[in-house]
Parts: sequence; structure tokens; C-alpha cells
Amino acid sequence: MATETLKLDELIARGYEHGFYTPVEVDTVPSGLNEAVIRLISAKKQEPEFMLEWRLKAFRHWLGMTEPAWSTVRYPAIDYQAISYYAAPKSRAGGPRSLEEVDPELLRTYEKLGVPLEEREILAGVAVDAVFDSISVATTFKDKLAELGIIFCSFSEAVREHPDLVRQYLGSVVPHTDNFFAALNSAVFSDGSFCYIPPGVRCPMELSTYFRINARNTGQFERTLIVADRGAYVSYLEGCTAPMRDEHQLHAAVVELVALEGAQIRYATVQNWYPGDKEGKGGIYNFVTKRGDCREANSHISWTQVETGSAITWKYPSVILQGDNAVGEFHSVALTNNYQQADTGTKMIHLGRNTRSTIVSKGIAAGHGKNVYRGLVRVGKSAAGARNYTRCDSLLLGDKCAAHTFPYIEVKNPSGRVEHEASTSRIGEDQLFYCQSRGLSAEDAVSMIVNGFCREVFKELPMEFAVEAQKLLGVSLEGSVG
Amino acid sequence: MLEIRNLHVAVDGAPILKGIDLTVKPGEVHAIMGPNGSGKSTLAYILAGRDGYRVTEGEVRYGGRDLLALAAEERARAGVFLAFQYPVEIPGVANIYLLKVAINAARRHRGEPELDAMDILLRVRSKLKLMDMDESLLYRAVNESFSGGEKKRNEILQMAVLEPKLAILDEADSGLDIDALKAVARGINAQRDPGRAMILVTHYQRLLQLVVPDRVHVLAQGCIARSGGWELAAELERTGYGGITGREGGEEARP
Repeated sequence: MATETLKLDELIARGYEHGFYTPVEVDTVPSGLNEAVIRLISAKKQEPEFMLEWRLKAFRHWLGMTEPAWSTVRYPAIDYQAISYYAAPKSRAGGPRSLEEVDPELLRTYEKLGVPLEEREILAGVAVDAVFDSISVATTFKDKLAELGIIFCSFSEAVREHPDLVRQYLGSVVPHTDNFFAALNSAVFSDGSFCYIPPGVRCPMELSTYFRINARNTGQFERTLIVADRGAYVSYLEGCTAPMRDEHQLHAAVVELVALEGAQIRYATVQNWYPGDKEGKGGIYNFVTKRGDCREANSHISWTQVETGSAITWKYPSVILQGDNAVGEFHSVALTNNYQQADTGTKMIHLGRNTRSTIVSKGIAAGHGKNVYRGLVRVGKSAAGARNYTRCDSLLLGDKCAAHTFPYIEVKNPSGRVEHEASTSRIGEDQLFYCQSRGLSAEDAVSMIVNGFCREVFKELPMEFAVEAQKLLGVSLEGSVG
Repeated sequence: MLEIRNLHVAVDGAPILKGIDLTVKPGEVHAIMGPNGSGKSTLAYILAGRDGYRVTEGEVRYGGRDLLALAAEERARAGVFLAFQYPVEIPGVANIYLLKVAINAARRHRGEPELDAMDILLRVRSKLKLMDMDESLLYRAVNESFSGGEKKRNEILQMAVLEPKLAILDEADSGLDIDALKAVARGINAQRDPGRAMILVTHYQRLLQLVVPDRVHVLAQGCIARSGGWELAAELERTGYGGITGREGGEEARP
């Protein structure tokens, strides 16, 4: 057992592959948060009045809120006045109109990350709305999507070009009063993505956004809003990496999904932000509010996430099942290594009749990692015939990590049916030896065993993303388990 | 092929093997018999490179090389194969996938090009027939919800596909019904080859009636108490281990 642990430790002790810093001139607002800063952000983004009012309302509400303390994550107090709330890569007035106008340094960064936009356009058929720090740098495939009436643009652009849609849906799933971090985001959000799929339209390509945190001391406050109108379908991918850094960085994003009658939204995330070093120094604090609203009958929202990065992950992608026969899904792989902490799960709120939800959570803890599944299944009085199936599996690597499961179940309608299964296992010395005796290195064996453990979730990802996720898991575990 | 000289092995400080000498030549099949706790499985594990065993004395040479200096996976790539007494489950990993990575690990080691999924499947199919196994077993997770017989057949299938130079079969016959026993024996016999050595670790003579060994060794209390030809196994069946080791039955059972 002792030798096994040693082996795991060695394997886990691999550096962060995407650790680099791009020297780009950055236009930054001085640190600190007050109404003047919010006015400045809004002015820099040339926002209409309603947007500024909304931000200020959120800020005033936030001032009266306290940081949540109910989760298991532990971190030093965050000084919200020490954070700079806006950073935009400097560019010629008005921002780039095409890739040629984009700072070549930025493009090189994307290439290091394996996101060559030019190639992606042609090869992958993926429209990438790339976010570098806080503002969108390039948007592709827009014209093609526009022909179908699909709007896919940066949030800032949506605020300017489609204010009515933004006004109608912004905060309708995650109100500015929702929670401490969501309120903060509502006050200071920098940019993000907006997507609207008109009635009956099936989005012909996977939409994706690559996020990246780069400027020093700059919190990232992304805001994403996706609306699938009646009978529409969209699949959205979000993936991110960040360069090596010393200080903790705060990230508090909000994602809102709205599915109207018969619409379907699939939202997949591969999150690989800097997790901190072997001693737990550095790394991103990721406090995210993600929620989908199955607002009308027969709508369907599914979240799939692969969380391998960040020092702290605090994230509960949820679905409110309002419409009758609505379906909510949550498939998650969360991996914590070294001193990473993850408190993640979902909420399935059943309000409509015959609503169904499925939760599959795979937690992997290695090193000193702490991995918590926290999930709520609520069947309201009105939700006759509601059904939920939950499966939570934890895998431990080594003997210094921890995994916990906190399922909350509230059933107020007697016809509701809720199932919960949970298991905890460890990568056994016998499994490792079995694989090694077949010629696999300890590292490959661990990678194979962990990928096997996550198979149920990976098969929910789009093909090319699944391959990426498998590689990422292998890389994230290097030095962790054999 | 394999030369074991004065091998002493301890687990958690307790001596288990106390001076084993054994020479196995290419093409030979040796049976290691003995009561529970005699050190049979320890010998199998030490040859395959499992952690947790400490060699306190002696040496093991494999094809002239110091076998004990190699990691488990290096031994495997160099042609050492262990069929497990208790094959291990790997949820979510398809049986065929494990075969593929195992084959390619050995091929990479030998500097040969890797095989793709189709090549692998073609190779595996003929061996499936030999083992009387259904192809659907390839797509199930490794050993997960396999019956006892399926697990043991699967071990022999892996051996047949990987074509090792030295195969150690740890109680390949335990817990098998007569049909599965015959299939396992058929698989082993099909793998007998002038270039391949095998060590069969077993309690019982019944496997040895189907796979006739060249040599039989009786392990007791960490030493080889007797060696002989196939007739020794038959004698054991009549007299029990007590007749040979001078004791009634074995020591406490070790897993």
C-alpha cells in the first residue's frame, strides 16, 4: 500500500501543460468595486441605460449579501476591493473586425492551446466565440448562422444589437438576487456569449466558446445566455484553460439557459483552469452559477461537465423543470488532485407534470484532493408523475484524498419517484498490478481505469470533445495514480 | 528460460519462500503443487513483479537477464504472463480494449508497428473459438459480471492472444465446472510450444490429467519438498500433501 501511494504521488506530480503567460497590452480598470467602477464598465462597453440600471440594482443588492459558507470548500478570505473588475486587450478603436485585426500574440496563445481559429473554421465546423480575458476577440461562422436566424455573438454585442432579447431573458433564470456570486457577476460581468435559436431551427453545428484568464489580478465575470425558442435545438460547448499564475484568481460566471416548448439545449463543459501547484499554491477560484429553465412543455436541457481544473470548484448546474414532460440531465466528471477542492453537483427542480431528470456524477479524488457531490432533487406539489434517477460514484486514488456525497431529496407529491444510488471505490493495487502485468505502465493503467470509470459521462460529450476530455483526464492525473 | 536460485521472499517481514531452486527450459511445462499457505501464489506474484514482496536472498534470471530488476510492465512486455487466480474487474473498460493496449505495449517494446482495432479483432476471433467464448464478451467491461468460468477462460484467452514466452498460471483450474476446465485445458495445450515455458500453479491433480506436465514440484512451507514427473501428482492425489511434507494438511490459508 505504501509503495502504491508513492507511485500515485509521483504520477500526480506533473506540471500544468498550459502554463504560460502572454504579454499583451491590457486596458485595466483600477482595482476596487463601487458604483463608479460599474458605471465605468458600462460606459466602456457602450451599454444602453437599462443594462447599467440592472448592474447597479445587482450591486446594491450584493452589498447586503454575505459570502456563502455552507459548502465544504475552504479558502482564505477574498478581498473584493483588491480585484480589478475589467480588463480588455487593447486594440485599435472599436475592436477587431476580422482575424487579421486580432493581436497576433492572442492568436499564438490560442494556437498553444490547440485552438487555431483559422483552422477550426474550416476543419472542425465549429463556430468559436473566443473570449480572451474579458472581451470577445473573434467570432466565426456568424454569417452562416445568421442565414438561419441564429444569433451567436458576444454578450456585449448582444446588449447593443439585440437589447430586446437580452432584456427579456437576462436574469430570468438566475436573478440578480440569486446568490452572492451571481449578484456580483450581475453587477460587473465583463462579457460572455449570447445565443438565440429561433423557433423550429436546429442549429447545424456545435457552438463553442473558449475561455481564458490571462491578465494578472483580474477576476473573470462571464455571462452566458442561451435561448432556444419553440422546437429549436442547440448543442453548446464550453472549454477553458488558463496560464500558470501565482495568485488565486476569482472567477464567478453565470450561465442561463432557456428552453421553450419542445426545445432542446445540450450544454457541455470541459474546464481545465490552472489548479494550483503541488503545494496548493495558486489556482483559480471558480464560483459558478449555471441554471437551465425548461420553461415550457416537452423541453429538454442537459448539462455535461468535465471539471479537472481550478483550485476551487463551486458549481451546481441545475434545471428547473417547469413545463410538463420536461427532461433535465446532469452528467458530471469532477477530478481533484493535489490540493484541489470541488463542491459540485446539481439541482433538479420538478414543477411540471411527468417531468423526468437523470443525474450521473463521477467524482475522482487524488493526492490531497477533496471531492464533494452535492445535489438537490425537489419534486414540487404540482409535479405529478415526476421521476428522478441519481447515480453518484466516487473513485479515490491514494490515501490522502477525500470524497463526500450530500444528496438532498424533497418530495412533495406522492406520485413522485426518486432513486438514488451511490458508490465509493478506490483504484486498487490489484487493478494496477493486473494492468501492469499486461504491459501497461502505471500511468497508462490509471488513465485507462479512470477513463473507464467516467465512460458513462464521456459518451454524452460530442465526439471530438470526448477525445479531448480523455486526454485531459490522463494529463490531470499524471503523477497521481498508477 | 527461467532460473530461480536460492530464492527467499518475505511479506511484511514474514518469510514465505525459504530457498527455492527451479530451472524451467523452453517448451517445458512445470506444475507447482502444494497445500494452502505453502507459498505457491507468492512465487507466481514474485515472478510477475507484484509490489509488496521483498526478496531477501537469491536471484531469478529470465533469458539470462535479472528478472527481479524489471518492473511488472517491463516483464510483461518481455514475454512474462501471469494468469490470475482472481482476475480483476475494470469497470467501463472493454475487454477488447485491454487486449489492444496490451498487445500494442508489447509490440512497441519490440519495435514493431502497433495493430489497429481490426487487426486485433481478427487475431482474437480465432482464439475465442478455441476457448469456446462468445464474441460479446469482448465488448463487456473487463471481468465485470463475468461468471467464474468466463473469468478463467478470459485469462487463457489473453495468454493465447499475447503469446508470452513464460506463462505462469495461478490456479487456472479453481472453481471451474467440467466444461470450463476442459476449455481452459484446451487453451493451455494449444499454447504449448517449443519456444514457450509454462508454470501451472494448482492444488489439484485434475488439471494435470488434461495438461500433462513435464515436471511436478511440491511446495511446502516455502521450500520445494519434492520434485518428480507426472506420477508425483498421482501419488499426491492418493496420499495427500501430508504424506510428502510430513504434516497433516497445510498451514493457515493465504489468499
